[in-house]
Amino acid sequence: MNKIQEKEFLSPQVFRIRVESPAIARKRKAGQFIILRTCDDGERIPLTIADADPHHGWIELVVQIVGKTTKALSELAVGDMVCDLAGPLGRPTHIELFGTVVTVGGGIGIAPAHPIAQAMKAAGNTVISILGGRSKELIIMEKKMRAASDEVIITTDDGSYGMKGFVTDAVQKLIDEGKRIDQTIAIGPPIMMKQVSLLTKKYNIPTLVSLNTIMVDGTGMCGGCRVTVGDKTKFVCVDGPEFDGHLVNFDEMMMRLAMYKDREKESIDHACKIRA
Amino acid sequence: MEKKELTNKERLAIPPQKMPEQDPAKRIRNVNEVPLGFTEEQAVAEANRCLQCKNAPCVKGCPVAINIPAFIKLICEKRYRESINVIKETSILPAVCGRVCPQEEQCQAPCTVGKSLKSVDLAVQIGKLERFAADWEMAQPASESPAIKPHTGKRIAVIGSGPAGVTVAADCRRDGHEVTVFEALHKAGGVLVYGIPEFRLPKKIVGREVDNLIRMGVEVRTNMVIGKIATLDELMEEGYDAVFVGTGAGLPQFLNIPGENLNVVYSANEYLTRANLMKAYSFPVTDTPIARAKNIAVFGGGNVAMDSARTALRLGADNVYLIYRRSRVEMPARKEEVHHAEEEGVHLMLLQNPVRITGNDKGWVTGVECIRMELCEPDESGRCRPEPIRGSEFTIPVDACIVAVGNASNPLIPQTTPDLETNRHGNILADPNTLKTSKRGVFAGGDIVLGAATVILAMGQGRKAAKAINDYLATGAW
Repeated sequence: MNKIQEKEFLSPQVFRIRVESPAIARKRKAGQFIILRTCDDGERIPLTIADADPHHGWIELVVQIVGKTTKALSELAVGDMVCDLAGPLGRPTHIELFGTVVTVGGGIGIAPAHPIAQAMKAAGNTVISILGGRSKELIIMEKKMRAASDEVIITTDDGSYGMKGFVTDAVQKLIDEGKRIDQTIAIGPPIMMKQVSLLTKKYNIPTLVSLNTIMVDGTGMCGGCRVTVGDKTKFVCVDGPEFDGHLVNFDEMMMRLAMYKDREKESIDHACKIRA
Repeated sequence: MEKKELTNKERLAIPPQKMPEQDPAKRIRNVNEVPLGFTEEQAVAEANRCLQCKNAPCVKGCPVAINIPAFIKLICEKRYRESINVIKETSILPAVCGRVCPQEEQCQAPCTVGKSLKSVDLAVQIGKLERFAADWEMAQPASESPAIKPHTGKRIAVIGSGPAGVTVAADCRRDGHEVTVFEALHKAGGVLVYGIPEFRLPKKIVGREVDNLIRMGVEVRTNMVIGKIATLDELMEEGYDAVFVGTGAGLPQFLNIPGENLNVVYSANEYLTRANLMKAYSFPVTDTPIARAKNIAVFGGGNVAMDSARTALRLGADNVYLIYRRSRVEMPARKEEVHHAEEEGVHLMLLQNPVRITGNDKGWVTGVECIRMELCEPDESGRCRPEPIRGSEFTIPVDACIVAVGNASNPLIPQTTPDLETNRHGNILADPNTLKTSKRGVFAGGDIVLGAATVILAMGQGRKAAKAINDYLATGAW
């Protein structure tokens, strides 16, 4: 159980691991996530399930190295075990035949967008996927996304690949071209999801966002992941992670994400000292 | 020489033994246990205060009906092994219960010694004696597992490894059934590991008592979120003959006041989970961070509020304000806990209520606005409803808040099991005697049925449920 079967770096800071977990692989649906710990004194972190195979009993996670725990995970080798793995958690994405669905994946958010694009296409939708990143090497999973979509638009901030600009520019272009969009799903950094939501709100395009707040248990018992949606407090781990982007208070969410910035640095510094 | 039996008069004259405790000034800077336990001499002296009443009113006060006079008599005779074995006939968690049960409301409340001396505070300290016997056993190289009946071939799934689930698992295992405990978190024990702090209940002790369960042949599976990884129906399809739901009341309640989503406003569940289960008090040796605020407001007056306030001190707070809307007599927390909190320097702010949390432009807490309250005439439920005094608002500067105003039941199982009936609070409806739910083969007990209650009440429910499960599996009659 929890054995790492494959590991591959997709970019210098982003890697993919395939973990043996037959029960989760059988149960999970697009949009759901897991919580894992890498070691006994480790913290619990949430990661979206990027892919799964119920027949072979594995799930795949795409992880960006941002701090101590993701670094520790990146250092596990094929054959190593992930100490704790719990899931699938959260509500699955609501999949139905909408018509034309635009999935917007920013950076690491491309990974969780993938199973949703897949499921939307399987439900008969025309799927247009927008993949965005700061530069070419941050565009991951292009081939997989092409396989899951009818059309793929790539944007990079620096113009090193695809269209130069932000993902919102690509969405705007589709709108300007008069493309009918029935549903948008945006996953990526909070600021990107906020900008996509602001844009689509102008055109009344229904927009789902998948929120990535701080979590501890991931089962609804602590409220650490709470966000304001409309005028209600919701727990991302059990009520989400997907919400109506036009109702999410992104500013509050981004503020809450900064809560442990100093402590995260302290943790990394501590780890460096131990290794030194 | 044969020792002469003490007379009742002599027994009543023995002063209650005072358990040594860590000095308040020292203990607020560590997470070690506060009460240090009886010495052997103290335990024997305290045990000799018991009058061995024939009618044993104490036993009726214990939700799992431990044979109290019997285990105490064995302590008098220094037969500690036999003493702990008497306790273990009915209680699977003696080291835990001896520490965290509100004995003053349970076994010690009807004690004849307390009655004779006209104060429940002077009753025989049954809880501390139970703790002594359990701790004695833990210090020995081996513990004795209870006898297990021959294998029945029946399988039971227990959802949740808190006090209720652990009790059911032990009792059903003793009857010879195959028992699997499913726990959502990475460690078993429920509130005993994530909620009750280390300084009240060392996690090593919980680990030892869970290990006893595994030694009896119970399978404990962690990281299993039932409702998500499998529904109750799927478990039954997999071949479980009966299911016990003991998932507790783990859904934190908030006050719904402005500013509650500011940075460093915690639910008590989150604060305590980070501190206890994730050992954030050892950060950065451990990886889970926790705010190290200097001035903290805790809202609530129960044991969870006391635990949060005392944990905050140990994490380096200078001032901890415990804000409670009623007066001291209505506080649901144990007297002993309130006493410990005050001794450690927690400021009790009674008859006051938070109305708004204030923050700076970066979204961090800067203060809490409170209002003074007064108690009106008791209402039909006998409780005094606190009413705000108009114009009495004031603000105290704080850099963190902990909301400890209660928990509701976790909806994961009821949500995914439509034929399981619940009340309007989301608690599962179960027969009070058999703990049978509306769904055949499914039993439920503990906080998921009672709402947030106590460890021992959950165990009491587990005891009843286990008996009913064992009967159901023997007869097949629902």
